[in-house]
Amino acid sequence: MSGQGLPEFPVIRTVGLQGLLVTFADALSEPSNRAALAYQAALRQVAIDGMVETSTSLASVFVRFDPSLVSHDQLRAQLESLLAEQDWYGAPLPEGRRFWRVPTVYGTDLAPQLAEAADAAGMNEAQAIDSLGSARVRVLTIGFAASQPYLGTLGEEWDLPRQTALTPMVPSGALVQAIRQFVLFTAPAPTGWRHVGQTGMRLFRPEMDDPFALRAGDEMIFEPVAKADFLRLREGDPNNGGAIVAEIAS
Amino acid sequence: MSGLKVLQIGPVVSVQDMGRPGLLERGISQGGAADTLALAEGAALLRQDAGLAALEMGGLGGTFEAVGALRIALTGAPMLATLDGEALAWNASHQVAAGQKLVIGAARRGVYGYLHLGGGIDTDSMLGSRAVHLMGGIGAATQEGDFLPAGPDANQETGLGVVAEDRFSGGALRIVESFQSGLFSADVLSRFGSTAFTRGGRANRMGVEMVSDGEGFSAAGQLNILSEVIAPGDVQMTGDGKPFVLLRECQTTGGYPRIGTVLPCDLARVAQASNGAALRFEWVTLEQGLEIQARHDAYVKSLPSRCEPLVRDPSDMANLLSYQLISGAISADADPFDTGVNT
Repeated sequence: MSGQGLPEFPVIRTVGLQGLLVTFADALSEPSNRAALAYQAALRQVAIDGMVETSTSLASVFVRFDPSLVSHDQLRAQLESLLAEQDWYGAPLPEGRRFWRVPTVYGTDLAPQLAEAADAAGMNEAQAIDSLGSARVRVLTIGFAASQPYLGTLGEEWDLPRQTALTPMVPSGALVQAIRQFVLFTAPAPTGWRHVGQTGMRLFRPEMDDPFALRAGDEMIFEPVAKADFLRLREGDPNNGGAIVAEIAS
Repeated sequence: MSGLKVLQIGPVVSVQDMGRPGLLERGISQGGAADTLALAEGAALLRQDAGLAALEMGGLGGTFEAVGALRIALTGAPMLATLDGEALAWNASHQVAAGQKLVIGAARRGVYGYLHLGGGIDTDSMLGSRAVHLMGGIGAATQEGDFLPAGPDANQETGLGVVAEDRFSGGALRIVESFQSGLFSADVLSRFGSTAFTRGGRANRMGVEMVSDGEGFSAAGQLNILSEVIAPGDVQMTGDGKPFVLLRECQTTGGYPRIGTVLPCDLARVAQASNGAALRFEWVTLEQGLEIQARHDAYVKSLPSRCEPLVRDPSDMANLLSYQLISGAISADADPFDTGVNT
């Protein structure tokens, strides 16, 4: 019995009996996330018997497959040959991505941890709102809960550690911050990240034809609005809270 | 429309099928029945498709009234079941007449019992499945007053039993190394395989806690690894090195390191271990794991041919039932309500 050892990237490793994971880096970076998104998009174009589904995480692509239809060795060889086809770290982002401008209340009783986060980042609240409210971030991956995005990357000053104690509960649509990223919450949940903003985005709408608001690769900006405006927008647009979405021209 | 009216219901009861594969990139794990073997057994007993939905009952069943005539089957964790007061064999299929009252009590061993209807439970499908996904916010637990509609049932055969594989008392869980096993030292991996665990008190459809004496099982660099995809069966180590085996309704990504992945065919044994059950992990190679899983898949395919007519003797069954209640320690082989075959 031996571990799979320290990898040289990109590396392909097993996930249980029925998965392979193509990992582009052991840390989040712009090129490694870009590589994961582009590689998954390319993989979707290749018909591989026995491949059941793919997903991306921050710097990896996961492939689930049926080992009775394609062996580990066969699939690994196909993934390797696709890896060799181009420099994935320099690949353009996939097509069909969208840009979301999301009205967001920073601070107030709706997002009570802004002051604390600003302090930790060495700013006053106004500076923090300027900084967070003008950052155009990308959906690095969807995970944990339905349609829930990890968004980044923010500047170095937002490389704040997770809290040691959990925030007991943040509501659906909460914008939370840590480790140079945002997470936008699908459903009420406890979190170790700080609740800095509140949006009216409903990310998972199971009753709709397309229940998932976001896809990996989409870009977002969380534009500051006053609380009164936010409440009005959310009432008028219960799904998106007044967010404006447009296709990103490729 | 025929079906079951829910008069009373346990706290952790929900409609389940094989779940929703293919939505990982949307943040939704496959979910579905905690014990998929029980789904297959029920389908075999009713001579129907294993993709149909059944009622999963965690720890405790409920009281139901039949609307119209129905076929039912009972599988998974054995529970006391009666139809208008008459004991029903577990791991068996039965005919139910309109207006009859079905009472399913507490699990005698294991955790999740299953109630199947001929034609399947025909609740609304969402995103390709009827499975309630509590973590994912899809559907809701079954409530008193609900109606469980039966789908069209072309078959009429009942009175079949099947000998169920015993997965209700803990035991060995076969585990393969996975992409983060290398974060653990060879000593920790080896100690993990030689440690006696019991199922802890924290367990639900997402995962099951494993408790052991002695030190935990920590990885190097435990707290700063990137969040990464989770596969059902992954054994995740929390900050203090305490293992959780993740089940099919787990979150899709996670930042805790995982020491390995329990084979899919052993996940029912994890889910069905009741609090305090003895469990251990047995490392197998990828090749061994694939062979074991392939044998299991072949066994599942053979279930329809393993279903046989029950031999009924009501007076005998009543005697055995009372004996069971007094002793509580009868062996599985001697218990007709486990096997459904009264020999």
